[in-house]
Amino acid sequence: MSSETEHDIDDVTGIDTTGHAWDGIKELNNPLPRWWLYCLYLTIIWGIGYSIAYPAWPMISGATAGLLGYSTRGEVAQDIARFENANADISAQLAAADLNTLVANEDLNRYAISAGGAVFRNNCSQCHGSGAAGAEGYPNLLDDDWLWGGDFDNIAYTVRHGIRNEEDWDARWSEMTAFDEIFSKDEVEAVVQHVLAISGQPHDAALAGTGSVLFLDNCAACHGDTGTGNRDLGAPNLTDAIWLYGGDAAAIEETVRYARFGVMPPWGERLSEAEIKAVTAYVHQLGGGE
Amino acid sequence: MSDTHTKGFLAKHAILERSPTLLLVSSLLVVTIGGIVEIAPLFWLENTIEEVEGVRPYSPLELAGREIYIREGCYVCHSQMIRPMRDEVERYGHYSLAAESMYDHPFQWGSKRTGPDLARVGGKYSDAWHVDHLVKPQSVVPESVMPGYAYLRDNDVNPEYTADLVATHRFVGVPYTDDMITVAAADVVAQADPDTDAYDDLLERYPGAQIRNFDGEPGVSEMDALIAYMQMLGTTVDFSTFTPDASR
Repeated sequence: MSSETEHDIDDVTGIDTTGHAWDGIKELNNPLPRWWLYCLYLTIIWGIGYSIAYPAWPMISGATAGLLGYSTRGEVAQDIARFENANADISAQLAAADLNTLVANEDLNRYAISAGGAVFRNNCSQCHGSGAAGAEGYPNLLDDDWLWGGDFDNIAYTVRHGIRNEEDWDARWSEMTAFDEIFSKDEVEAVVQHVLAISGQPHDAALAGTGSVLFLDNCAACHGDTGTGNRDLGAPNLTDAIWLYGGDAAAIEETVRYARFGVMPPWGERLSEAEIKAVTAYVHQLGGGE
Repeated sequence: MSDTHTKGFLAKHAILERSPTLLLVSSLLVVTIGGIVEIAPLFWLENTIEEVEGVRPYSPLELAGREIYIREGCYVCHSQMIRPMRDEVERYGHYSLAAESMYDHPFQWGSKRTGPDLARVGGKYSDAWHVDHLVKPQSVVPESVMPGYAYLRDNDVNPEYTADLVATHRFVGVPYTDDMITVAAADVVAQADPDTDAYDDLLERYPGAQIRNFDGEPGVSEMDALIAYMQMLGTTVDFSTFTPDASR
């Protein structure tokens, strides 16, 4: 039990006691170390100073703004402006540049490609892959096979407006017919064999013969009589070995029956003019640019 | 200094220390004052939630998707809070505003990013990408460590349950109208059907809502709901009419 005793001087140390005693054991009343005490006072002063210098105290209609005028939002705006200003000249040049003659301007082209790489890795790589090799359903941008055209203007248009999206009225648009309810089972099979034939794969020649007639009547309007595609409609070339959704019989049958409807979002609102041109230049130089 | 403890007001702490009840009541009092000073101003400061145009309550399908987002623990790896720093703004878009999560119960700001921030993921990818990615993330992002959620395609959303969910959100303060709750179950089905008769009504109730068959399959699956939620994240604020107040 503790008990209150007189504040007396401890015999051994000669120091004052607190007057608290537990079973006769008394507590010395040593003063706090000076350095500790001054640190405490210093932090209190620092705290008061900080709350005057920076936004802190809640008032009726807002918090005190602080003498230094600091704000997180102001800082990020400044930060962004600093980098924009640093790149302002070259960005303006790029925004005004004609992409078709960009290669002639070595410095600007180098800037465009490295800036475009950053834009690509942040915005495009999730679908087209970090190395731009694409994935099933997402076009490979390294090869020279283009659905909608691979020159600067076409790439820039695709980036700006996207493909088959609802956000941008100028998006590239086409829609393949799903033949599941139009063709009979045999007809689907015949068309599939024909597509295998024109793409140089093993096929059933008799069925492919039937399929070629069906192809001319139903598919050629978009894919062309020989199946080489039509870029105005984003209709792929079916005669090469490059397939967006797979080129074996099963994948082709799936495509014929249910069609495909690849969507790309528009980037015109998200990216600046310079960024669109930069990413266009980047994609163009990946290997397949026309 | 050695004598101060015996004199004056400060010496009276012995009274507090010797009465547990008094000590308890007094410490509650101190904590209450601290709480009032720190928390209470947030409820009346005009700048706590600045007014922005466009933010609306979640549509029933989006709300169902949000529920799946919480159920699956997406918040464990994904944040929904773009901080006001240049690198985040450059990568994800405009920093998040308080108003954008004003109808979130609970908010999904998160505190850890194993995956990227999702506060403005809406419209960034196609619906098909979301399906592919949720079924098997590595099919589109080979380096991803995210698990697959293919079963979302097989689970149907229960419109009645979702209507209850909407009512519950009204209970905690989201301004859903009686009308919205009455037709909530129908709205769940309508938003996943681009040919719906309720197209215009739905848009009037939830401006800017995207009405599509999100997963490309018939019926309203949890995949539809989650993608509907993903595709609207961060898209409601009209930044053309918004000027950030610097001193916030």
